[in-house]
Amino acid sequence: MLEKRLVVCLDVRDGKTTKGIKFQGNVDIGDPVEMARQYYEQGVDELVFYDITASSEQRGIFIDVVERVAAQIFVPFCVGGGIGSVEDMRAVLLAGAEKISVNSQAVLNPEIINAGAAAFGAQCIVLGMDAARDPDMKSGYRVVINGGRTPTDKDALEWALEAEHRGAGEIVLNSIDADGTQDGYEIPLTRMISEAVGIPVVASGGAGKPEHLAEVLSEGKADAALIASMVHYGSYSIAEIKQHLDAAGLPVRLKYRPE
Amino acid sequence: MKVGVVDYDAGNLKSVQTALAHLGVDQVVSSNPEELLAADRLVFPGVGDASSAMRVLRSRGLDVMIREFVSRGDPVLGICLGSQIVLERSEEGNADCLGIVPGVSVRFPKELGLKVPHMGWNQVSFRKGHPLFRGIPQGTSFFFVHSYYTQPSRSDLVLCESEYGEKFCCGLLAGNLAATQFHPEKSGEYGLKLLSNFLYWDPERTY
Repeated sequence: MLEKRLVVCLDVRDGKTTKGIKFQGNVDIGDPVEMARQYYEQGVDELVFYDITASSEQRGIFIDVVERVAAQIFVPFCVGGGIGSVEDMRAVLLAGAEKISVNSQAVLNPEIINAGAAAFGAQCIVLGMDAARDPDMKSGYRVVINGGRTPTDKDALEWALEAEHRGAGEIVLNSIDADGTQDGYEIPLTRMISEAVGIPVVASGGAGKPEHLAEVLSEGKADAALIASMVHYGSYSIAEIKQHLDAAGLPVRLKYRPE
Repeated sequence: MKVGVVDYDAGNLKSVQTALAHLGVDQVVSSNPEELLAADRLVFPGVGDASSAMRVLRSRGLDVMIREFVSRGDPVLGICLGSQIVLERSEEGNADCLGIVPGVSVRFPKELGLKVPHMGWNQVSFRKGHPLFRGIPQGTSFFFVHSYYTQPSRSDLVLCESEYGEKFCCGLLAGNLAATQFHPEKSGEYGLKLLSNFLYWDPERTY
């Protein structure tokens, strides 16, 4: 039986991991390579690294982080942030990432999804989508970009379907309203998108305790749950979260290393 | 011992390379048939589209090389797309494949209402006591990402199985050729264990 994935997200700025509340006031919390190694040893299923500065000067530092992660982490990981061309995609794939996530760049230039899927396969191309509640939109959610600062004219549900049609192999769905609150994922949004598309959906934004993950993976119909603060600050271990999910009857990977 | 890794522009070889390097293996990553034939074991990875992969293999003479490597009896490990194209044919692009193992690759049927690609960790049950799974418990999870799966024409060619909507074959075994649909190089410590088992595998020894 396919298991529900626990994904840990690391926002990287100037080679360091940061975690901000609602994308503002980021504080450094550690070395991303060392953190990734620890999560790997604790049995994390997948990792995501976002280059949150993504300026050309810092690109090299970030690629170096990706290479060092790839050398010691033997589970899949995805890389996002500032990827605007097939060449950018190639650079992070060659550095050792399995998947590439496109977000604002895909909204501005949707063809990048088609081009990436054609060049590297749909399984490589992840649509990162930030959605905000908006009663004026048909689905009730509007796509926002630039870390939530800029609204677009796209409806979240329509954009998810379009991205799938263009060749995205997965969607990381982040709720701007829930992000950083630790009050739980945006269940109606996650469920709506996950039931509508035929590709896996990773729920993001709002996780504060293991019950929140259980909720979004069952009621929210998500295929995977993304967390950051919950583990970055040591409030919970990967094992504690997985044991909770297992007790809640969700299939998770518990046996991850030889005794 | 030297391991040859077949480079044919089919996705990312980096993860296979880093996993083998982590195991301390002497490896040659190449698209040159002669260089690869000089290796003692062959790893044949790959993600992407079966028909374009076959086109590249043929244009570089790598299809002939793989058949030769298999027929001379040295151990070969196919991974993901590499496990699909050792079969006769793939539904993907209706591609003629290497034809080393009888069978076809088919897509997960739409009627099952499953999300495709099948992406994530899934439990694998394998042929009891096989040396490739030494030290790995039955039901251990491995990492998958694929839309097509292998359907060998005989059950004795099935090395392991998993379940996604229905039971499916996720690994082939034909003499000195083994192949997995999942990615051992991305399946954590148990994945590394399987790769390490491959390095010690003697297909001629009965077990």
